Formats: sequence, C-alpha cells, structure tokens
Amino acid sequence: MSGKIKGGKGAPYARILGVGGYRPSRVVPNEEILKHIDSSDEWIRSRSGIVTRHWAGEDETVTEMSLAAAGKALADAGVEADRIGAVVVSTVSHFRQTPGVAAEIAHKLGAGRPAAFDISAACAGFGYGLTLAKGMIVEGSAEYVLVIGVERLSDMTDREDRGTAFLFGDGAGAVIVGPSREPGIGPSVWGSEGDKFDTIGQTVPWDAYREGPVEKFPALRQEGQTVFRWAVFAMAKVAQQALDAAGITAGELDVFIPHQANMRIIDSLAKTLKLPEHVAVARDIETTGNTSAASIPLAMERMLATGQAKSGDTALVIGFGAGLVYAATVVTLP
Amino acid sequence: MASTKEDIIAGLGEIVNEIAGIPAEDVTEEKSFTDDLDVDSLSMVEVVVAAEERFEVKIPDDDVKKLKTVGDAVSYILDHQD
Repeated sequence: MSGKIKGGKGAPYARILGVGGYRPSRVVPNEEILKHIDSSDEWIRSRSGIVTRHWAGEDETVTEMSLAAAGKALADAGVEADRIGAVVVSTVSHFRQTPGVAAEIAHKLGAGRPAAFDISAACAGFGYGLTLAKGMIVEGSAEYVLVIGVERLSDMTDREDRGTAFLFGDGAGAVIVGPSREPGIGPSVWGSEGDKFDTIGQTVPWDAYREGPVEKFPALRQEGQTVFRWAVFAMAKVAQQALDAAGITAGELDVFIPHQANMRIIDSLAKTLKLPEHVAVARDIETTGNTSAASIPLAMERMLATGQAKSGDTALVIGFGAGLVYAATVVTLP
Repeated sequence: MASTKEDIIAGLGEIVNEIAGIPAEDVTEEKSFTDDLDVDSLSMVEVVVAAEERFEVKIPDDDVKKLKTVGDAVSYILDHQD
C-alpha cells in the first residue's frame, strides 16, 4: 500500500523582520572615474545621477560584505543566527562557479546547517530571493530565511568604457524574512523576457580564456536605449500589477524602492507610475551607484536609517535587469 | 485619423517641451534632437514613447537611432502611422 505524504506546516504569512547593509569603505568620486574616460562630472551626473560610489578593497570580499550586512540584519530582526533555515544569496560577481558562496556565509555566520544556495537573477535577484523566502516560510521548510544581495561590480567594470565606467558600485544588502500573522509580502509579479537576453550581459564569456589570452577582463555591457525603454515603460506596468495584486492603491503607498539602476530610470519610472507626492522615492544611487542585487536592500536600510521611511510603512519594491528578468512586490518595511 | 505633417510637428513640439523644457515653437524640422534641442539619448527614448502613444505608431529601438532631426521623426511617423 502506498504511504500518504504529510504536508509541511508553515506560517500563515511572511514578512521582512530586519534589514542590514554594508558599503565598502572606499568612496570613489566621479573625478577618479574621469582619469580613464573622456567625459565630465556634469555628463555623468546628468546621465546617471551618480556622484560617488563605493568600491570594495581586497579584504571586502563577497563573503565578508555579506557577513557584515547579514549580521546587521539579524540584529535588526532580533533573530539568532542558528534560527535561520535557509540562506539565499543573489550575486553575479562571485568569481567561483562552484561552490556557491551561500554555504560559506551560513557557516561563518554561525547559522549551523541551513539550506544554502546562490541564485543568478542579476538586478532582480533581491525580489527573486524574497519570493523564494516567502514560499519556504509559508510552506514550512524554513522558519527564518536570510536573503542577501551582494556585488563587487567594480571587478566587472571596464574603466575605459565611457558608457558604463561610472555606473557600477559594490556592496551587500541583507534581510531576514520570517513568519507573520498578517501578510507582509504581497504577491510577486515576476518573470523574464528572454527574447532580450543579449541587451545586458558580460562582454566575453569565461570560457573565452580556454581559447587563449583575452584582450580585456570580462565586463558588464548593455544597450542603453533599449534597456532604458524597457526599465521605464515595461517596468511601470509590472510595478502597477504588483500594486494591484497586493490590493494597494498608489495613495496607500508610503515608499517606492526601485532597483537603483540609474537616476533617470528612477525619475522616469516614478513619473510614469504617477506616484502621489507623499510617496518617498529611493534615490540611493547618487552615492552608491548601481549595485545590482544589493541595491534594493541597501536603499531600504538607508531610507529607514535617515527617516525617509519608517518601520511598518508600505513599500513597492521592483528589480529588473540582465536576463532580462524582473520581480516586483509590495512589502511592509521592517 | 492620420495626423498631418503640421500636427506631428506641433505634437513633437509639445512632447519635447514637456521632456526637455525647450519652447515648443523651437521644435522645427531642421533641428537636431541632440545638438539643438537638448534631448540626450535617454530623453530621446521618452520622446519616442510619447510620440508612439500620441501618433499611434511603433518605433523600434533600431529605428530610434536613425531619427537625428525633427524632420526625420516627422517623416517616420507619416510613413508608419495607420
């Protein structure tokens, strides 16, 4: 006789309980970027809104930055590391194909033996991780989940490319997701548009090295106009769908935290969404640059720290990037 | 109903005014978007999307690069509108 499988016993809902960030100590102003490209501070600011970014030093590895951010998130949530049931790390700049970095982070954090894995969803990685975390908590395979977005994009920046040299930054952002009596994370509106797979990516694949010397270390490249159009106009629709799915009107929204890709995208997206004036819009990119998967939790932490947002606020988060992939959801801020 | 050349120039004038803050009457056929009208590559995308909605045309990214002057955009819209 076949046995009957028991279902898991999860929490009714999930929410973000704590957030933490780590920004490398070295601040890189536009003047330093301009040593390698023929451009100007004014041009960089007008195209991207970026004034400074943080670039990691040798010791500020993907693991170390993640540990720093995760430690802060745990303290913020008031959760002990050994209660974590899963660690999800989103990164595109951990230069080891295998093993994933999540298990090492879990171990060094003192989390014991949780499920641990990396995901590759570029600038949508935080939203992808959050969606997975919510599922695990509600389904019962983890009580608390640590979601980390971490990047060292300075390692993948072509210093001599005037279109991208100024754009990217390094850092880590982490959240603790845990059980909740009320819904604290709305339905995810997520997906991919693989027909545009080659609009953002790396200049050369790693296996090019097998063929012999490669002229330049692989760097990030993108088709600016195509990506801008998609990020503003297609993503405004996705953002609206996430609001609708959560049953939240623009008037009920307190905070908007889009992926910090470019100030022009942020401004255009806020305008296209017709957000009311009271909604605080994350503009962390000015001093952080584009940190891909880390950008949303980093901006979230800063907005809470500076009082632009407060605990309990309703926030719309949306990530979008290479794939192309995207993920949007409405969350209650920790 | 299809827009006339004059409608399109006037419409583009309003769009460029809204996006780049240039007076609508300065938007004339011989003007270059980037050199004369302060429309950079990203603003150009906004202009194109607004024009698509207003004139009911599709302007793919590959064609956006070819639209250097207001006259280029006017001809494109005239040729491609329903």
